[in-house]
This record gives sequence, structure tokens and C-alpha cells, in this order.
Amino acid sequence: MKQIRAIKERTARYVMLGLAIFALVLLVVIGISLLIKALPIIREKGMITLLTSSDWRPLKNEFGFLPFILSTLYVSLIAIAIALPLSLLASVYLNTYASGKVRKMFQPFIDVLSGIPSVIYGVWGTLAIVPLIANHIAPHFIEFSSGYSMLAGGVVLAVMILPLLISILVEVFQSIPREMTDASLQLGATKWQTVKQVLLRKSFPGIMAAVVLSVSRAFGETIAVLMVCGNITQMPSGLFDACYPLPALIANNYGEMMSMPSYESALMLAAFLLFIIVLVFNALSRLTLVQIERRYHL
Amino acid sequence: MKLKNIEETFFKALMIASTLAIAGVLLMIIGTIVYKGLPSLTWDMVTKLPGGGFYLGKEGGVLNAIVGSIYIVAGSLVLSLFMSIPVVMYINFYLPKKSWFASVVRFSFDILFGIPSIVYGAFGFALMVYLGVRASLMGGIITIAMLITPIMMRSLDEVARLQSRDLPDALLSLGATKLEMIRVITRQIMPGLMTAVLLAVGRGIGDAATVLFTAGFTDNIPQSLNQPVATLPLAIFFQLGSPVEEVQNRAYASAVILTVIILLLSFSARFFSSRYSKSKI
Repeated sequence: MKQIRAIKERTARYVMLGLAIFALVLLVVIGISLLIKALPIIREKGMITLLTSSDWRPLKNEFGFLPFILSTLYVSLIAIAIALPLSLLASVYLNTYASGKVRKMFQPFIDVLSGIPSVIYGVWGTLAIVPLIANHIAPHFIEFSSGYSMLAGGVVLAVMILPLLISILVEVFQSIPREMTDASLQLGATKWQTVKQVLLRKSFPGIMAAVVLSVSRAFGETIAVLMVCGNITQMPSGLFDACYPLPALIANNYGEMMSMPSYESALMLAAFLLFIIVLVFNALSRLTLVQIERRYHL
Repeated sequence: MKLKNIEETFFKALMIASTLAIAGVLLMIIGTIVYKGLPSLTWDMVTKLPGGGFYLGKEGGVLNAIVGSIYIVAGSLVLSLFMSIPVVMYINFYLPKKSWFASVVRFSFDILFGIPSIVYGAFGFALMVYLGVRASLMGGIITIAMLITPIMMRSLDEVARLQSRDLPDALLSLGATKLEMIRVITRQIMPGLMTAVLLAVGRGIGDAATVLFTAGFTDNIPQSLNQPVATLPLAIFFQLGSPVEEVQNRAYASAVILTVIILLLSFSARFFSSRYSKSKI
């Protein structure tokens, strides 16, 4: 009896350790297997050509990723430009001004916003944002836009990254020691002056980390941008132009890629690029956040 | 009035406006979906399989997608529970409190959490091609499991870290092995586990990019693990792409179904976590 318990204990320990290591290895395996799949096209064309060429004609064996990379970049920048001011103001309000009751009331909104699936955001985008842009916003600036545009993608993504931004920002603000803001208030500063001079300054690294994390979330978002961005392969040049981000490219072509090895390899390269960018961004911002937590809580 | 007070009032108003705007956007999203979808939401939608000519606007419903999503999420949930509970227990109760290995594992789950679902989809697809497996229920389960395990891990870890050390110490000093101790602790953190499960289910049921490559799509309910399977998000996506208005309206109705499922999951998660997890805001 005693032995069985000991054996069970030892086996369990190894199994658990094994699983924990497996979790670590998974990350590496994903990266390596995507890279292996992408290698043929990198060998054939060279990384620099692939990244800087804008010539995308899979049937003629031309794979220039620049339009897609720029689309991803622009859409994410629009998203963060819209979402950051909103979420900064909201989370400062929740942290500094709002009563506990208001905070409690607001929390479900954040929970639900972060729980809504991207396909629902996509449906909302096509129902609300795309027509709004096509009928009311774009006509002021250009002659015609279908509404399926970079701006539509940016707006939908902005809403999608709001909950992530707000929950990190609130956590960052909470990590700033109370004494610092209290000192400022006692010297006669108004709450807003305190926010401006103390809170925002002290939490600057945290804010940056939150921004980087949300941008990388925006980079990888697929179905919603696929539904509202228009998906036309071109160098994106204006807010009301259609664009074609990397994830949408992968998602749209998965059916055809089996028949052409170089096409498949190119799409896997797209996935690998996303993986690496998101990995680096995430690692940097998570490290920053961990450091912030350590500085004030140990 | 002094300048600083004017500034104060101005920014306070701006802040309240932003907070209200964010809440308003959510209400607007749900409102839009319900407004467009509710008229086409019939009992047939949730109880019938797509009939002949369904995609031309004829009879039928999206039962295939609802059941498919449930199959996939149930399967991946089991997989991910088997993965995340032992790992969380191991890094919290087997390893010393400031173990570097535990931080590395936590860090890697933070990173995995950030990996876009389309990357999981592409990886899952590459893996399946390599193994010679076609798009199937099995493939969907495995990729969704990869997607939701980091979520489970992170929220379980949060609960486990808040667990007081008295109970484990008491158990150990009574002569229990660590494995026996973990069984007790698992029961102890059950509400936290429920929250983690509901969060993960919500994420898994709504994700489209992972299953796009790996699960396929079908009008039937799969009978075995190697048959393709339909999912609710993809059903919405495909129906919306149709030029037929009837079918588009059904996409909105399916979106209402998915939204209701997500809202239910979100509120029950809140119910379970109201006492056990630290409030983020």
C-alpha cells in the first residue's frame, strides 16, 4: 500500500513535469515547423525580395508581401490611434475618479467586449461601420468608396482591442503606489494635474507595454478584418482604400494552396512572419509588465 | 475659476464621455446584431439541419454548426483540462515559490496566449498535412485545444496563486503525498476552475480562424472523429458571403445565437468568479 502511493506520487511528478516541458516545447515546435514550411520560398526568392516586393502574382510565381505587410501595419496603427486615447481616458477615470460602484458596473462591459467572438465583430462591422463609411464619411473626402476599407478595419480592430488595453492599463495604474498620487494631491494639485504629472508619467513603460500588446493582438486578428477590409491586393494608399492584411491573406487562400507548393510555402511564410512579430512584441511587453509588478510589489 | 479647475472639469467630462462611449459601443454591437438577426431567428434555425437548397434560401437551420461547435469545444476542453490542471498544480505546489522554471512556464503561456488563432490554424493544418489527416473533428479539437489551453492555464494559475498555503501544509503534515494533496486542492479551487472553463469555452466556441483550416465544414453532424465538422462562427461567415438575401439574414440570426451563447457563458463566469478572483478594475 505504502509503495503504491509512493509509485503513484513519483509517476505523477514526472508526468506533470513532462506536461510542463511539453508546453514550453510547443512554442518552439510551432515556430520551427512554420519556418520549415516557409523555407522553400525563402530559398527561392530571398527574404529581402519577399518582404520588399509589391508584386503578388501567385500564378506567375511572384510573391511580394509588401502590400499585405503595410496593410497589417496601417490597420493596426489606425486601431491603436482610435483605441488608445479612449481607453486611456476611460481607465484613468475608472482608476482615479470613479467610485467602486461605477467600477463594478463597468467591469461586465469589459468582460463581454473581450468575450465577443471576432466573427460577431465582423458582422457588426459590415452592418454598421462599412455602410457608415460608404454613405456618410467617405463622400466628404473622395468620390466613391465601397466602405470595405482600411478605415473600417481600423475601427473594428479598435473596438476589439479596447478591453485588452483597458484591463492592462487599469492594472498598470493600480501598481503605482498610492503615496505618490496622494503627495501630489496634498500639495494642491487637482486630480487631473496629478494624473498628468504623476500617474501617466510613472506608468509610461506600462502604457507602452499595453500598446505593444494590443498592437500585436491587432496584427493577428483574422476573421473580422477579413470581413471588412475589402481584400484587394494593392499598395494601400488612403483611409478609404481597400486593404488586405496578412491574416486575411492566409485565411482566404487556404483552399487553393494545396495545389501549388510555392504558394503554400508563401502562405506559411506569412504565418511565420505573424508568429515571429507577435512573439517578439509579446515577449517585450510581458517582460516590461512583469518588471513593473516586481518593482512595486516586492 | 482658475485655469487648472477649468482643465479639471474639461478632462473629467472627456473621461466620462469615453467611458460611456465604450459601454455604448458594446450596447450598439449587441443591438445591431439582435435588430438584424431577430426577425430571421426561427425555431427551425436551432433545431434543423440545412435542408436541400439551404444556401439558396430554402428550408433548414444551423443545427449542424451548433452541435459541431459543441463537439469541438467539449473535446478540446477535456484535452486542455488534462494539460492545464497538472501543469498549474506542478508549478504552484511542487516547485518552490520562486522557481525559475515556474516563471519560464508562466512566461511561455503568456506568449502562447498572444499567438493569433490564424497561426494556430496554419500550424495545425501543416501538422495535419504532415500526418496525412484531413480536415476533421479531430483536427478541430486539437487546434482549439492549443488555443484555449493558455487561457485555462492563466486563469487557473491566478486562482492557484491566491490559494493559501495553510491547507497544503496541513495535508502534507498529516502524511498525504503531494498527489493526494493536489486532489484536495483541485476540489478547493473548483469555482475558479469553473470560471476558467467558461472563459475557455467562450473563446473556443467563437473562434473561426483556427477551425477554418482544420475542421472543414459539412451539412451533417459528424459521426466519428475523422469526419469534417461545421462550426457556428464559420456558418455565420459562409452564410454572410452568400449573395442571397435570405441566407444573409440567416447569418445574422446565427450571429444572434452565437452572441446569446457568449453572453450566457460570460455572465455565468462572472457569477462563479465574483467571490474568487481579484477584480481587475
